[in-house]
Amino acid sequence: MNFEEYAAKPVLAAAGIAVPPSRVVLTPEDAAKAAEAIGKVVVKAQVPTGKRGKAGGIKLANTPEEAYEAAKAILGMTIGEHTVEKLLVEAQAPIDRELYAAVLNDSETRGPSVLFSTLGGMDVEEAAEQDPNQVRRRPVDIRTGLDKAAASEMLDGLDLGNHADAVADMLVKLYAAYRKNDAELLEINPLVITKDGAVIALDCKFTMDDSGLVRQPDLAPNGTPDKLTALEEKGKSLGLKYIELDGDVGVLANGAGLTMTTMDVVKHHGGEPANFMEIGGEAYTKGKPALELVLSNPKVKSLVINFCGAFARCDVMAEGIIAAWEELRPTLPVFFSVHGTGDEEARTMLKDRLDITPYPTMDQACQAAVEAAKGGAR
Amino acid sequence: MIVRKHERVMIQGITGKQGTFWTERMQEYGTNIVGGIVPKKGGQTHLGVPVFNTAQDAMKGVEFDVAGLFVPPLYAKAGALDAIEAGVKKLVILTEHIPVQDVMEIVAAAKDAGTQIIGPNTTGIATPGECFVGFMPAFNPNIMRPGTVGVISRSGSLGTLICLNITQAGLGQSAFIGIGGDPVIGTTTREALECLDRDENTKGVFILGEIGGTMEEHAAEYAATMKKPVVSFIAGGASPKGKKMGHAGAIVMGNKGTYESKVKALKKAGVRMIDTPSDAGKAMLDALKG
Repeated sequence: MNFEEYAAKPVLAAAGIAVPPSRVVLTPEDAAKAAEAIGKVVVKAQVPTGKRGKAGGIKLANTPEEAYEAAKAILGMTIGEHTVEKLLVEAQAPIDRELYAAVLNDSETRGPSVLFSTLGGMDVEEAAEQDPNQVRRRPVDIRTGLDKAAASEMLDGLDLGNHADAVADMLVKLYAAYRKNDAELLEINPLVITKDGAVIALDCKFTMDDSGLVRQPDLAPNGTPDKLTALEEKGKSLGLKYIELDGDVGVLANGAGLTMTTMDVVKHHGGEPANFMEIGGEAYTKGKPALELVLSNPKVKSLVINFCGAFARCDVMAEGIIAAWEELRPTLPVFFSVHGTGDEEARTMLKDRLDITPYPTMDQACQAAVEAAKGGAR
Repeated sequence: MIVRKHERVMIQGITGKQGTFWTERMQEYGTNIVGGIVPKKGGQTHLGVPVFNTAQDAMKGVEFDVAGLFVPPLYAKAGALDAIEAGVKKLVILTEHIPVQDVMEIVAAAKDAGTQIIGPNTTGIATPGECFVGFMPAFNPNIMRPGTVGVISRSGSLGTLICLNITQAGLGQSAFIGIGGDPVIGTTTREALECLDRDENTKGVFILGEIGGTMEEHAAEYAATMKKPVVSFIAGGASPKGKKMGHAGAIVMGNKGTYESKVKALKKAGVRMIDTPSDAGKAMLDALKG
């Protein structure tokens, strides 16, 4: 789950990292009021995506009137695929230097890594290309954590003037915040040293590990859930893993890997999948709502149903599909592939009740579905 | 990471619904289940084996080599650390949705103690004709039979289909290693590949990879040094960037973890790549013929 800047910065502040004073506002009037209270401000669009500055979503405002105008210009703007509805009005900082700091889950080391660069404002890969000597990456033993000595050692050889100590302190706090909040990524970019020598976080990106959400009840509601389509919302409310895609071949399979691969095979045969729909795991008895959902997408012209039974039995999954089929009476062509535990029973059921013979391989089923979607064979 | 019939297996969470169902299947198939671990249920007998409160109590009661962990996500860390401290050699973590930082703690502790973690979020490990730990349908002869192909998989459902295709081609499996679908896991593709390369029953290896991370790229480096043939399929080529498709680890971030990068690395290492899982059996037969 991603946290936008306004929701991420309090996480830093709670860990003792300095952030500029700010207010979240929804209208130009409130932006002006905030500027009155704060002074010279930056008006920043709050959307769950990067590159806000380039899109014109960040403006300086030296007076309440300017803040009003800036807010008026930014609200309603589209950045990425998001409409701006919320602004952060934040005190301007007298920037002397821009730095970069982050802590993240590193799947290479299978532990946390702390990243630091003296080239703030750009992402760390870019900085590493420009000047690798200015970039540090330190793996941390998650059982002992990051102490001040380790943070200082990591900064060795970087010219931070007389701020090295303050930056090391900040890294220790950043690591603590990462641990406390089940972060997958906690990034400050830019981290600035101000002209009066303060170390301040000017922006913050925070992604919480989705598996950690359940034990972060105070923080979790502040995150921004992925933007869902109407069908995806419906899937979520039914406890189904449904993702809408752009194509016209509906996909329904069991298990994440098999569903993903059914999409691959549809594409391999020249088609475009209309969705990801997985009914594995606990959802393997949900054939009926799953089928209804897949069919309610008007783009779907044909359907491939691919089951490979292991724990989830093919006949149980097929029962749900057949019951739904008999009730919904859809007219579009459907192509089955059923294998594994319960496959023979499922084949008999499909033959007897729908007069459908599953294809011998998922490839043949996918290929037939692709051709049908293109208006070829029934 | 290969489980053998003689190994003594302890099931953590044996009295739960999943734990009970799968322990019965494992017992029927021949897995040497010596007991279970469930806090506060020590002293009971379940499915004919003794239940202990902790792994450390269990180790004093009946020795065991392998633990299978079927406990809910937020209790998994405590259970895993308990088993590691008790000195278990292999720990198969079936649970999905364990917080990643907990997994990191488990993996770090296991490394120091010399415990091999398999998973989390795995379908388990199986040695057809001998035993299995987890949810692999080793008992279905249409899916798995004793044979010479070692299978490494990040997915359960697709792993099952690949095994089925290999079995239909007249081959069978020397071992199935379900490494799991999470972003941080105890046994990587490369480690599983090295293990199967050393295993004398294994004549060829099938790697079932997925988009996300760089495990397949690292495995390719080792595959390039192997004499045994390797065949591979990478799932997720059609998945859009930045979207999680079921498995937490199966996500392309920026230009990292792409289908193209994995296929390129594996091809360069001399691995035979297939475009669809239906080709798995035939490709494996061809590869074994040389």
